[in-house]
This record gives sequence, C-alpha cells and structure tokens, in this order.
Amino acid sequence: MSSEQSVNQSASTGHDGADSIVGRGNKEGNRLFREWYKELTTSEERGEKSAYVFVMGSLAELLRSFDLHTVFPEINGLQTAVRHVSESYIADAEDYGYASDVCGYVKADVGLQMRHGEHPMGRIPRPAVAVYTNACNTYIKWAEIWERMYNIPIFTLDVPGTRAEGKQTWRGNEDFENDRLYVEGQLRELINVLEGVTGKRFDIDKLRENMDYANRLSVGFKRVVELNKAVPALYNAVTDGTVYLGVANGFRGRKEGAEYFEDLVEELEYKAANGIGTLHEEKYRLVFVGVPCYPIFRRFGEMFSEWGGEFVGSSYLWFASGGTNTGFEYDLDNPLESLAEGVLITVRDAMDSMFYSDKMLVDMVGPYGIDGVVYHAIKSCRTVSTGLADNRLAVMKDADVGTLLLDSDHMDPRVVSEAQLKNRVDAFFEGLATRKLMAARAS
Amino acid sequence: MAVRVMEGWQGLPIEGVIQYCRDLVEDVDYPTVKRWREDGGKVVGHFQVYFPEEIVAAAGMLPLLIRGGSFEARGADAHFGGYLCSIVKTSLELSLTEKVVLDMFVSHPICDSARNLAAVYGRNFDYPCEILYLPQNANSAYAQSYLRGEYDRLKRGVEDVAGRRITDEDLRSAIAIFNENRRLLREMYAIRRDTPWLLAVDEAYALMAVGGMVPREEHNELLRYALDLVGKRDLQPQDRMRLVFEGGFCEQPPLDLLNTIGQSSYIVDDDLLIGLRWITEDVPLEGDPLANLANAYLEHSSYSPVQHDLRKPKEKMLLERIRNSGADAAIITAAKMCEPGLDEQVAYIKALDEEGIPYFVSEFEESMTSFDNLQIQLETFIENLLFV
Repeated sequence: MSSEQSVNQSASTGHDGADSIVGRGNKEGNRLFREWYKELTTSEERGEKSAYVFVMGSLAELLRSFDLHTVFPEINGLQTAVRHVSESYIADAEDYGYASDVCGYVKADVGLQMRHGEHPMGRIPRPAVAVYTNACNTYIKWAEIWERMYNIPIFTLDVPGTRAEGKQTWRGNEDFENDRLYVEGQLRELINVLEGVTGKRFDIDKLRENMDYANRLSVGFKRVVELNKAVPALYNAVTDGTVYLGVANGFRGRKEGAEYFEDLVEELEYKAANGIGTLHEEKYRLVFVGVPCYPIFRRFGEMFSEWGGEFVGSSYLWFASGGTNTGFEYDLDNPLESLAEGVLITVRDAMDSMFYSDKMLVDMVGPYGIDGVVYHAIKSCRTVSTGLADNRLAVMKDADVGTLLLDSDHMDPRVVSEAQLKNRVDAFFEGLATRKLMAARAS
Repeated sequence: MAVRVMEGWQGLPIEGVIQYCRDLVEDVDYPTVKRWREDGGKVVGHFQVYFPEEIVAAAGMLPLLIRGGSFEARGADAHFGGYLCSIVKTSLELSLTEKVVLDMFVSHPICDSARNLAAVYGRNFDYPCEILYLPQNANSAYAQSYLRGEYDRLKRGVEDVAGRRITDEDLRSAIAIFNENRRLLREMYAIRRDTPWLLAVDEAYALMAVGGMVPREEHNELLRYALDLVGKRDLQPQDRMRLVFEGGFCEQPPLDLLNTIGQSSYIVDDDLLIGLRWITEDVPLEGDPLANLANAYLEHSSYSPVQHDLRKPKEKMLLERIRNSGADAAIITAAKMCEPGLDEQVAYIKALDEEGIPYFVSEFEESMTSFDNLQIQLETFIENLLFV
C-alpha cells in the first residue's frame, strides 16, 4: 500500500483512524527498541555473535548478512545517561585511568565492559569483531580499546570525507573514483574478515535483501525529515527524533526497520493532512545543532517547549543517522559497488553535517520557517562541537534568525548545569520574542 | 634557492645557533615567513602532524608547519567552544591576527578538532582551505594507491595556488632535499641517544622546530653546521636518568617546559614534532615520486596516537622506543583536551606497568608559564628511582 493510499484510507476512518495512527511511531519505536535489547541480552546464550559498530557507517546491511548482531556503544551510552546512571559507568572508567576530558561515551562503554555488559536495558554481548568508520576519530581510538580488551579483529573502514565546503565530488569525477575504489577495496577486505569471524561464506543475495530493506528505510527517513516543514511541526526533532534515530540505526537492513519508516511516513502524512502537530503549542520553530543533553533529556526538551519552542529540524538527525537523511538508494544489481558508493556518500554527508552544516542550516530557514538555531556544544565530543561557535557566526551573518550556543555534555551530569542552561534558554526566548515584535512593527 | 630567510647564524658558536633558533621558534611574528613573502613567495600552511611538504616545495612555495604557539588566542576564542585543545585556537589566531598570511591551508583527519579546523578556516579566509585525507586504514592493500591519488589531488590544488605545473623532476628535487633533512634529524637524534649530555632536549627541539618555518635547504645548512659543532662540544656526562618523552606529537610543550625537564634528566628520545621525522628512511628518487611518498608514509614511518595501523600498536611502539634508546623510564604526557593523546595514556601506562618500566604522567598546555610544580614532581620521581 502506498503512503498516499494509506493516508486516504486512514483519514476516511475518522477519529478511529487517528487513534490508531497518531502516536504509533513513538509507541512502535519504543517497542522495537526494547525487543532489540532483548535480542542482544540473550544472543550469547544462543551462540550468536555480535559486531560493535557506530551510528555513522554501521554497515548493518553487510554485517547482518553474516547473521551478526549490531551493538551500538553510542546508543548504550546515551541510554545510561537518559536513565541517570551514566555517572557511575564513567567513574569506573576514570578509576581505570581514563582522563576527565575523554569522551563520555567511551568512558561509559569502558565501565560497561568492566561490568561484563550489565546495562539498564539488558546485557550487552561481548564483541566478536568491531567495524567502524573514521567519521569520528574517537571511533578508532575506541575500537583500539576493545582490541586490547578482547583481542578481537577490528576493522577501520576509512571513508574519505569532503575536502572543503561545497567541494563534494560525485560519480564520474576522478577524485570520487579514487575514494570509491578505496572504499570498495576495503569492503572486500572486510568481507574476508567477517568470513573468518563467523565461519560463514559471504552471501551476496542476503546482502542484496538487506540493502533493499535499507533502501526502504532511507527513503522513509528522508521523507520524515522533509515532512516536518509542516506547520505546526509533526514531531519534535530532538525528542521524537531520537526515537526515530534509534530505529534507523538498530534496524537498518532489517524488514522491521523498513516497515517502521513506511508506517511512520504514513502517520506523519496523516498528521500533516489533518493539521495535527505535537502536544505543545508552537510559537517558535527551531533547529537543534549538536547532540542532545541526555543526562537531563526530558527537562532539556521542556526548557524549550515551555516557551513554545519546537525543534522542527536537527543536525543530529543528519549525522547520527549516518547520512540516511540523504535518502541514498543502492543499486541492487551491483550490490558491492553500490554499497561502496552509498557508504562513501552517506558517511561523507554525516561528516559534512558536523563540519560544514552552516550552509545547510541557512538553507533550512526559509522552507522550514526557522526562527532560531540552538547549538549545543558538549565537552565530550570535539567532532561535533569544535566548529559550532564559528558555525554560529556564519549563520548569524547569512540568516535572519536568533541563535543560542549552550555548553554542557551529553553524558556526564557533572558537566551539566541545569540552572545555567535554563537562564540562557530563557534569555534566548526573550530575545526571540523581541525579534518577533520588532519584525511585526516593521511590517 | 630563492630568498634566504635566515641570516646571522653563520659563524656563531653552537650556543648562539641554538639561541638563534630558539628566538625564531618563539617569535609569533614568524619573521622568516614574512621575509619569504616580501620576496614574492607563497606560503602553504599545514597543520600538525604529517604533511607531504615535498609537494609544496616542488611548486616553489614555502610549506609552513602550523603548530600553534604559546600566546593567548583572544580572537580565535570567539570561534571555538571552551572544551578544546589550545593548539587549534592558537593556530587560527595566527591567521586571524595576520601574524602569518597564507595562500592555502591544509589540515588532516588526525583528530576531530583538526578536521573541524579546515572548515573553520574555510569560513574565515578566502584562500583554499582543505583537508588532506591521509588514510586511516593503513592496513588495507588499497591504501597506497588511494593515497597516491590523494597526493595527486593535492598536487593539482597546489599547482593552482602556485600558478605553475609541478613536474616529476620538481618532486624528485624536493624529495632529495627532504631526505637530507630527515637524515640530519636522525643524526641529531642519534647524538641525543648516544651522547645526550652534548645536546639537551630543548636545544635539539629548537634546532629541529625551526625547520618547519624555513625552506628546508636552509635548514639543512644550519643543521649540518650545528651538528658539527655539537660533536665538538666539551661537555661531560652527568649522573642523570635517561628518559623518553611521549606526548608531543601535535600540540607542543613550551620550550621552557622542555628546558625544565632537561635540567634533571637526559631525554634520549621523544615524539616531539614527529611529523617532521615521520618518514624513517630515504624516499627513493627513482620511479613515480607521488607513489614513493605514499609508500613511505605507510611503510617506512614512525607512529603516533593519530595514525591507526594494526602493525604498530602504540604501546608496543613506545616500549620499542624506550628499549632502542636505552631509556630507564618514560614521561607520559598529553596536551590538555587532546582526546587521542589522553586515550593512549591509559594503554601506555598499562604496558609500562606490565613491563615494570617506571613512568611519570602529566598533562601540559602550550601556553603554560609556570613549571615549578612540574620540576618538583619530576625531581621527586627521579630521586625515588635513583636512590632506591
């Protein structure tokens, strides 16, 4: 059933249809998430192996073709923060020797490994292999920790990024081909590693099937991002968006993931057609740049929603989906070549969303009706945070929007000052109100 | 050779040459670069750690190692958040204040701050600012051909800035000069290893660091002269502990910090400015120069926390450095907020514990000005080992 058909059918069912559709994405997302952790918890008992991967370039399509579970240490980490236990995991890692300035995700994971996988969502299996890109340099350092801890194979899939803003190359360009051949060659080497780890032969048809699921998920994810141009916004890109990201990463290359996003598109199109927004009154449309403040996740969202601020977009949806927002679709007739091209383009896009997002943000202002851009720099992550202040200066120069730069952390509650954040958020909204007033008077 | 940018060191005693270099290294106005530019020369700034400077030199331009400095980054602070290493800020400050004026800037994916730096530069300056994607999968059979292609891409960009083509012969001439430079640096480090009382760590650093800001032909002349004088120094060995200094691969400790360390120990090896010594053997002059450079980067090179190579686990490489230099112990440092350095510290410490090798752990920042505490701590550490 196409999205359009399903919307029409749902709409014709009146309130009953609305009840079954609206809110389904979050409910189903949370269910899938719990199921996923259950699978991981019992995987070792069933003799199943897991690959440790990251959100930017997880290669889930390929790993699942070897029946490997994918474990995302970043997601494990943020779950400890949301559940207010990250500090104790971090403390264990610091006792082991990791400095206070090391990424909180890394330290929470070291703490987790020291506790043999004990996690608020279940038990995290040990890795049989680690596969990661260079989208974040800390991924590489992190994997080296597992290599030392478990003596497992670790594989860096090196994905060359954009060399300078606006200088992306594409198929047919000699530099793009140089990058693509490098990625493709590494994928072939990775397949050899995975055959060794799992004892299974590479099955290209299985890969093709998973890539098909990934295609459907990508198309849906892109549409979800675009749909929030609607007024009022259909979802909060930070709070609801984090649920969507969880499914996009955890269920990439799986039937459940493909179907989830098709259903989500159906839900959001229904909401758009019927003018249904979020639960909050929308006064200001905002974009969020960075990683959410997980130690006070709910409260952080409330600081904005209390003022009528709605996050209609987020760079987090771009980079933390590993560039799935591009909607890249694999050519299933040429799986490996296309996987290389897709990984190159999407991971590169994820990196662009961190390093060169200023133009993307300015481009959002008109179509999404943006009133303000909120930057959240975090102590833990130089990848995301290093350029934010400069990015903000560029956006302020090129777009007529309010901006706010906050400093805290996404993992370590010791670095998060709720009162200080609230003071700044309140001042930001007072400024936005004044801007609106002045604009109204001027017009 | 084009204009000479260093005058006045010729004929000086070794102490004078070292002081001359030290003054240049600490001069945030970069007089050698200004002289180069006044003569119409162009400058390509490349951020730490390694950069194939030969490609820039082959185009007749000056490759300038951007390594921050020991000063306040007042202007650059507005462009960055608080939780960041100092070198990234001070490097941008150099350009914002026009202490150095560039025609091109290149950063590398050595760490997440460095990659961001190219984007920040690009938003603030009109000249080309880019990332050279050195391979992070050094173990791939495809890495070398990829890097050859990446060097070719860089070469084309450099040619655009230089306004001239770079021939293979240009590249070979440049490689020969840099081979000579690396040979001289290896000779200097051999002196440090075999007769450390002849050349203290801060003295060697000054002699080496000046190379990143002058044409390498001139640096070669200076090194040849200086090393000859060092060999003739009338200095006697003292009863000092032999140490390896690890943690200076990117942000650099102040010279006074090195001087403080050198007063109570012999630093017999280190990773300071390792990019200038990254390639450990002569790059062949025959064949394809870019392929040779790519091969040397991957196959005949040192190690650092910012290059991932399964063949070179950093803690094993550190142990090798300690053994090869005959060191008794190690100073394990990291620049403040340097994720790769701080991550590696843990592995280093565990490996040293296992091997029973004593170590002293510290952090530094390029702008630090007080070394009293460090001196007391280090002396206490050494006394504890010497008088066991």
